[in-house]
Amino acid sequence: MSLLVVDGLGITFGGLKAVDDVSFAVAPGEIVSVIGPNGAGKTTLFNMISGIYRPGRGRVSLNGTDVTETPPHKLAEMGLSRTFQNLQIFQDMTVLDNVLAGYHLTERGSIWADLLALGSMRRRADKAREGARGLLARVRLDKAAEQMAGNLSYGALKRLEIARALALGPKILLLDEPAAGCNAVESEEIDRLIAELAAAGIAILLVEHDMKMVMRISNHIVVLDHGEKIAEGDPATVSRDPQVIAAYLGTENAEGAHADG
Amino acid sequence: MTWRNKWLQLAILAIAIAVLPLFFPSGYYYRVGALIFVNALAVVGLVILIGYAGQISLGHAGFAGIGAYACALAPEHLGLHPALSPVLGAVVSGVLALLIGRPILRLKGYYLAVATLGFGILVSMVLTNERALTGGPDGMQVADLGLRAVLRDLGWRLSGGEFWYGASGIVLVLGAWIALNLFDSPTGRAMRALHGSEVAAATVGVDVARQKLRAFVISAVYASVAGSLLALQNGYITPDVAGFLHSVEMVTMAVLGGVGSVLGATLGAAILTLLPQVLTVFAEYEQLVLGAVMILVMIFLPQGLLPSIARRLRGRDE
Ligand SMILES: Nc1ncnc2c1ncn2[C@@H]1O[C@H](COP(=O)(O)OP(=O)(O)OP(=O)(O)O)[C@@H](O)[C@H]1O
Ligand SMILES: [Mg+2]
Repeated sequence: MSLLVVDGLGITFGGLKAVDDVSFAVAPGEIVSVIGPNGAGKTTLFNMISGIYRPGRGRVSLNGTDVTETPPHKLAEMGLSRTFQNLQIFQDMTVLDNVLAGYHLTERGSIWADLLALGSMRRRADKAREGARGLLARVRLDKAAEQMAGNLSYGALKRLEIARALALGPKILLLDEPAAGCNAVESEEIDRLIAELAAAGIAILLVEHDMKMVMRISNHIVVLDHGEKIAEGDPATVSRDPQVIAAYLGTENAEGAHADG
Repeated sequence: MTWRNKWLQLAILAIAIAVLPLFFPSGYYYRVGALIFVNALAVVGLVILIGYAGQISLGHAGFAGIGAYACALAPEHLGLHPALSPVLGAVVSGVLALLIGRPILRLKGYYLAVATLGFGILVSMVLTNERALTGGPDGMQVADLGLRAVLRDLGWRLSGGEFWYGASGIVLVLGAWIALNLFDSPTGRAMRALHGSEVAAATVGVDVARQKLRAFVISAVYASVAGSLLALQNGYITPDVAGFLHSVEMVTMAVLGGVGSVLGATLGAAILTLLPQVLTVFAEYEQLVLGAVMILVMIFLPQGLLPSIARRLRGRDE
C-alpha cells in the first residue's frame, strides 16, 4: 500500500496557479522524484505536503490518514521529515545540537526534568546524543560536531540538514535539492545515502536538478511544468516522453534546462 | 565553548558573589549588590525568552510588579506568611503569562513588542489607580520577611544589607542554575531551534507555539520573583516597579550583557545598576553619558559584552 498519497493538490498565489491538480503516490522503500523547470512548483508542492502551506484544494494522506490540514509538528510525529532547498539551519547552535533538535520527539519529557536537570532528562538526552553522533558520522560531519553550524560550508550544511531530518527516524523523507551546490564527490555520497535509506524501507520523495542522479536512482518520476503534472512514469518512459522533452529535457542536457529555467 | 560550560559559569558567579564583599569599602555596597542580583535574576529570565526562544517582551516589569505587590498585599489581606507571598506572586504571574501569552505570542517582532508593552502598561496603571488597595503612586509598605530575626535567634547577626546580599545572591545562583539546565535540555534546544528557524523547528516535531509559551511563562516567573525580592528588601514598593522604564531597563541589561548568555545577563545587570551610581559625577549629564555608553557597546560589541569578549579570547587561540 502507498505510504503517501497526494490527490488533486493545488494552490494559488495571487492568481498564479503555483501547483494545479497534482496527484501521485509513494510506497515504502520507493524513490519518487519530482522534476521540472525552475518555478514549476516543486518546492510549493513539498510545502503543502509537509504542512507548511495549506493547500487550496486536494488531499494529502499519510498511511491511510487524511493529513491535509495537519500542522508540521504533528506530521513529524507521524513519520514525515524533510530538508529545505533554501537551507533552514539553526545557525547559532552547534552542529551536534542541530541534529539533537531532530531528536526532539524522542528526547522530550517533563519540563521539570529539564529545568532541574534530573537524571531522567540526562538519560534521554544522552541516548539522543549517541544517535546524533552516529548520524553525523554517517554524513561525515562527526569532526565538526562542536562547531557552530553557521561556520560550515554550504555542502556540509546540506548534509547536516539530511542528518537532522533522519534524526526523526522518518517513514517518509522529502529531500528538496539535496545535492544542489555540492561537488561531484559530495553528490555521489548523497546519491548513495539516498539509495541506502530507500533500501532500509524509507519512502523517499526527491526534488533534484541533477538529471543523471535522478535517472539513476528513481523508481518513479513525476514531471511538473507550470504547476501541472505533465508526465509520470519510470525514468526510461519519462525521458522518452515528447512533452517532457519539450518542457524540460529539450535543451539536450538537464543543467542547460535548469539554467534556462 | 568553555564559557558555555554550566558549572564553570555557576562557579564564577558563586565565587564572585562570595568574594566581592571583601572589597566593599562600606556596608552600603551590600545594598547595591543585592539590587544587582535582583535585577540580574529578572534579566536571566529574559535571557530565556529573548536569548533562547528569540521572543521579545517590553512588558516584563508587569510581572515584577505582580511579584512585588503580592508581597505587599498578601500578608495583610490574605493573611499569607511573607515568605510564601513570592510563591503566590510567581503562581499568579505564571498563570497570567499563560493566559496572555497564548494570543500574544502569535505575533512577531515589533507587533509582539507593542503587545507586551501594552500588558506592562496595564499592570502599572492598575497598581497606580487602585489607590484603596495599593496606595496609588505613593506606594506602600511591605511586611518584613522575618527570616533575619530567625537567623538572629540562631546566633547569626546580619545587617539588613548583608542579609539581602546573601539571600538575593543565593536566589540568583539558583536561577542561573535552572536557566543553564534549560539551555542544554530538550526544551532548551527546542526553544533555540525555533529561534533559528520556526519552520525547521516545526518540521522536526517542535510545537512552536507551546515552546514560546513555556519561555514566556518561565521568564515571567523569574521577573515576578525578582519583583518580590525587591519589595522585600526595600520594605517599600511603588508602581514604578511595574513601569515601562523598568521593562526597558531589563531588556537593555540583557542585550548589553549578551542576550544568549546567563553570565552576560548578570554582567549587564551589574553594569547598568552601577553605572548610574558612578556617573553621578557627571551630574545632569548622567543620562547622556549612560546613553552614549550603551550606543558604543552596541556598535562595537553587537553581540553584547560577554559573548563578544569570549569570542575575542577564543579567536586568539584558534
Ligand atoms: N509564498 C509564495 N508566495 C507567492 N508566490 C510563490 C510563493 N511560493 C512560491 N511562489 C511561486 O510559485 C511558483 C512555484 O515556485 P516553487 O518555488 O515551488 O518552484 P520550484 O519548482 O521549486 O522552482 P526551483 O526549481 O527554482 O526551486 C513560482 O512562480 C513562485 O514564484
Ligand atoms: Mg524549489
